[in-house]
Amino acid sequence: MERTRAVLWGVAVTSALALLIVVGSRNLAHFDAALVGYTFATLFAAFGIAYRYAVWLQRPPTWRYWVRGWQLFLQPRHLGLNLLQLARRVGVMFALNAFIWRRGKLRGAAHWLLMWGCVIAAAITFPLVFGWVHFETVPGDLQSYRAYVFGFPTLAFPIHSWIGFIVFHGLVWASFLVIAGVMLAMKRRMTDHGAAALQQFGEDYLPLIALFAISVTGLMLTASYTWMRGYGYDFIAILHAITVILTLLWLPFGKFFHIFQRPAQLGVSFYKEIGARSEQAACRRCGEEFASRMHVEDLIEVEEQLGYRYELANEGVEHYQWICPRCRRALLAIAQANLWTGVRGGEQLQHEMAIVGSWQNHTLSE
Amino acid sequence: MFASENREFFIDPGRCIGCQACVHACSECDTHRGHSMIHLEYIDRELTPQTVPVVCMHCDSPTCAEVCPADAIKRTADGVVQTARKPRCIACNNCVLACPFGVPKMKTEFELMMKCDMCYDRTSAGKKPMCATVCPSGALYFGTHEEVESLRKTATPVNQFHFGRQVINTKVHMMAPKARTPAYIDVAAALEEHPTGQDMFLNILTDF
Repeated sequence: MERTRAVLWGVAVTSALALLIVVGSRNLAHFDAALVGYTFATLFAAFGIAYRYAVWLQRPPTWRYWVRGWQLFLQPRHLGLNLLQLARRVGVMFALNAFIWRRGKLRGAAHWLLMWGCVIAAAITFPLVFGWVHFETVPGDLQSYRAYVFGFPTLAFPIHSWIGFIVFHGLVWASFLVIAGVMLAMKRRMTDHGAAALQQFGEDYLPLIALFAISVTGLMLTASYTWMRGYGYDFIAILHAITVILTLLWLPFGKFFHIFQRPAQLGVSFYKEIGARSEQAACRRCGEEFASRMHVEDLIEVEEQLGYRYELANEGVEHYQWICPRCRRALLAIAQANLWTGVRGGEQLQHEMAIVGSWQNHTLSE
Repeated sequence: MFASENREFFIDPGRCIGCQACVHACSECDTHRGHSMIHLEYIDRELTPQTVPVVCMHCDSPTCAEVCPADAIKRTADGVVQTARKPRCIACNNCVLACPFGVPKMKTEFELMMKCDMCYDRTSAGKKPMCATVCPSGALYFGTHEEVESLRKTATPVNQFHFGRQVINTKVHMMAPKARTPAYIDVAAALEEHPTGQDMFLNILTDF
């Protein structure tokens, strides 16, 4: 059932993309047949990503957060503030990668360069491949190009101008960012002992190698037609196509899938923010507030769905989820220590502090 | 890369003297350099000086990983439950709240959960975890079953914990008295129990 649903989502998303390609390229009138390999690889990637996303979404904790995230985000009384926060967070979290820079400067720089290089390259490549964007000379002015988006005319600019130079070399600038990012990421992976202990070739090196291969073969194309009169162009074009197509095919399976998972971070931020403003859950041992009541109740439900049985017979506690993490650590020691009474000496200190509900109220004067 | 074969982690909170050596050594670990992942908890400071060092118990069926909506927590083939994968963790706090031992730590500034990974950089290269290396009292011990049993004649390791109806088996062991040889430690039962020690200072206050 779970897989059938995921296949259906995969088919729906792939069909929608195919339809958009046909419509956007005006019945394939502006579709570049030389790029058909890229198109089919993208359609495959779309299916794979939608399939994996749908399977992932059906896991109990993911589904709970997904539903709750949207519910909280769309609440009419919070919507205005939420939209403002969304814009701010997209900027700070995604455009600036602030949280990654805080994890480490080298890590931040590497990710920021890689991300922006890939974003720029994707923004240029996909619309061109799908025939959504094409250029035509302006009638009566052979020195100017006009960009067409979805078949609609937009800006015109002289071919030999700085705008033209920047636009036509967009992928070159993107590859510079990516190559610099790959170098920094490789340096970190080769010198950081922590990274060395945890990294895996397929998960951590392969994506960097793939991005590097795409960038370098792409630059070779530019070099070939700019300075070498198209020397080896056909071969390099095929080589470049292979690197891009293999990466697209691998997109749903490997590390790059985090690009599609990561926006969930936004939903979580609203969940936490609204949770902090609503009723809190107090630990049923020490009485301290430790999370939002909504979060604890959602977790209890998710744990039940996953088959966990943390329910307790203790009166007033009901579920181990109502005990705060600090008390859980203390309970572990108390449980172990009590096994040792009679062996190492010592006794249970007769005191009402450890009794449920009254623990937090005790002072020495009592 | 596998954690040292045959060598296991044994914890005995009863031996902990609260010196904090483990807390400081922990932050030397390369996989989370600068961040101490071990918890050193006072049980009840008014009543007893008892402390407990809590490291990740590395459950066979880790609740933290199961409740993770982002699939960010993975268990290695050798049974070590890794810290959250950085590209995936969305900092939702589910693992922090769900772990029955109260182990994961949320680093809000990094949008990342971090936890003890048994010093994977060290154990995967045949070394002891940092905390077990520095613990002066043997509360945190890393070695073979034979070694720990010859060192601790009165103790036996247990790695099953009960929380109500939930049974959790772990890679890390806790030392229990051999005289009682319990099959498991019932953690939730401690909700009804009291800290253990010598009831001295209350006598001082009352008997004069």
